[in-house]
Amino acid sequence: MAEYRLMKGNEVIAEAAIRCGCDGYFGYPITPQSEIMETLMLRKPWEETGMVVLQAESEIAAINMVYGGASCGKKVMTSSSSPGISLKQEGITYIAGAELPCLIVNVVRGGPGLGTIQPAQSDYFQAVKGGGHGDYHLIVLAPASVQEMNDFVALSFDLAFKYRNPVMILSDGVIGQMMEKVKLSEYKPRWTDAEIQKISGSWATTGKTPDRDYHIITSLDLDSAKQEIFNHKLIAKYKTISEKEVRYEKISCDDAEYILVAYGSSSRICQKAVDLCREKGIKVGLLRPITLFPYPTKIIQEMAKRVKGFLAVEMSAGQMVEDVRLAVNGKVPVEHYGRLGGMVPTPNDVVKALEEKLINVK
Amino acid sequence: MEVKDIIKEENLVYTKSKILTDKVFHYCPGCSHGVVHKLIAEVIEEMDIQEKTIAISPVGCSVLAYNYLAVDWQEAAHGRAPALATAVSRLMPDKYVFAYQGDGDLASIGTAEIIHACNRGENIVIIFINNGIYGMTGGQMAPTTLEGMPTSTSPYGRDVKLAGHPLKITDLIAQLPGTEYVTRQAVHTPAAVRKCKKAILKAFQNVGKKNGTQFIEVVSTCNSGWKLSPVKANEWMVENMFPVYPLGDLKG
Repeated sequence: MAEYRLMKGNEVIAEAAIRCGCDGYFGYPITPQSEIMETLMLRKPWEETGMVVLQAESEIAAINMVYGGASCGKKVMTSSSSPGISLKQEGITYIAGAELPCLIVNVVRGGPGLGTIQPAQSDYFQAVKGGGHGDYHLIVLAPASVQEMNDFVALSFDLAFKYRNPVMILSDGVIGQMMEKVKLSEYKPRWTDAEIQKISGSWATTGKTPDRDYHIITSLDLDSAKQEIFNHKLIAKYKTISEKEVRYEKISCDDAEYILVAYGSSSRICQKAVDLCREKGIKVGLLRPITLFPYPTKIIQEMAKRVKGFLAVEMSAGQMVEDVRLAVNGKVPVEHYGRLGGMVPTPNDVVKALEEKLINVK
Repeated sequence: MEVKDIIKEENLVYTKSKILTDKVFHYCPGCSHGVVHKLIAEVIEEMDIQEKTIAISPVGCSVLAYNYLAVDWQEAAHGRAPALATAVSRLMPDKYVFAYQGDGDLASIGTAEIIHACNRGENIVIIFINNGIYGMTGGQMAPTTLEGMPTSTSPYGRDVKLAGHPLKITDLIAQLPGTEYVTRQAVHTPAAVRKCKKAILKAFQNVGKKNGTQFIEVVSTCNSGWKLSPVKANEWMVENMFPVYPLGDLKG
């Protein structure tokens, strides 16, 4: 029977991890996401499913524990918030370079620097465009509800193993801290050694057996020609992901003259803004990217043929708006509205911004 | 007598470990890495734990250690090998996990990772090659560089007022309750090689008992970095390195 609970977004990440058969969580405390590790430590999943939970000495150590665990074909994850995610970037680029599956949760807070502990969406560039050094991409999922915090954990591991690529859940302080009703996932057992062999046996470091050569997990190739070939392999993988894994939600878009583009908590605010606009007789729709990489570029290109303009609403100085502009390619105006520093806009702020920046422009 | 008459099983006195691959070492002639690799390979073969061994290589000259030992390898970011080893050991508790690290990797950029892995008593073996210099990047000052020792970033010799003191990290590690066996070895003479092998064997055997972290420092030469011939480098090590990093068991 389905299990419904009233839970915080962060708590649900922990619960979903246990239920989807996660093998290991490695983390370091930071606001506003500490409930993830706290929930795990309270739940003691090592007694229940055998899942390892370890508080590392730093975010750097935590992501490198993920690197080590992922190298063994295990379902492993870490979570942090913006300053901690910056520290993890070295490990993340190694993981991407070694083509390892894992889950990284970022419950974003305002920056730069130590910034604020209040919610923000100012890590979009870092999450979507690379973050660490070298040419790579994470698959980035943006939950807009506590339910999606639950659902995206299992989805992240599915995508991570399907493409041997790190996946990031790009959440924020609103989604992490707010409580909503959530339908929890059914329990799935952790993979057995035999299942791991079947899924990742061709590359994972599970111990060299006589029937195979030994495995090396590395992101190093001192031969430039070979490294370039590998870079092209990654590019081809990202192209496949871009073709097959775009996810988005359209709300009231069919007859819309103006489109709000917003992800995560901003999209929740924009849903209300759409209602307010419709009450005023303004035909507004909402496009909510669910995957930020790959980005729903094609649907925006399609919409650009028939709408009068786009307003990207994000709690940043204007990051995702660049991807909207790239998709629209100058066909219609694209504007940005956002609050910064941990301030959250109201639906009325969004309506006002839409009127000022797009509708009432001479 | 012809060669075929000599090549007989009963005449065999030495053979290369089956764990060592046929790849040619990229290490400089006279470097200690090759000897230590050989000893680890022999221990793995003698204990028959090839299938159960997961190795972690560092950043430094031994970044390519994975080319030489036929066990599953993970190549870590600089200094992070103990973090990888921690996860592997926790997720696969029946494995023999060892991290192989140099002095820059372990005692400079990776101090947090090594201290905390040892303090948690992770059930892993750490092989720590201390030659007092950054070999791979061309001979820069390391945390373990001796006072007055010239390197490319301390060309007039290490000035402790400017750069601090040689870090005796193994002495620190021995203080941690999480470590079971902490020893300092070398591989400059046949006797030292034999002792070092015994230490490595003991460390790997201890892993099976799960009583804490096993830590082996090997005081080593970097004759290229030190600008000495292999023989002179050994002499210099005995004369200058050993007084600061004396050989022997520190614990266990």
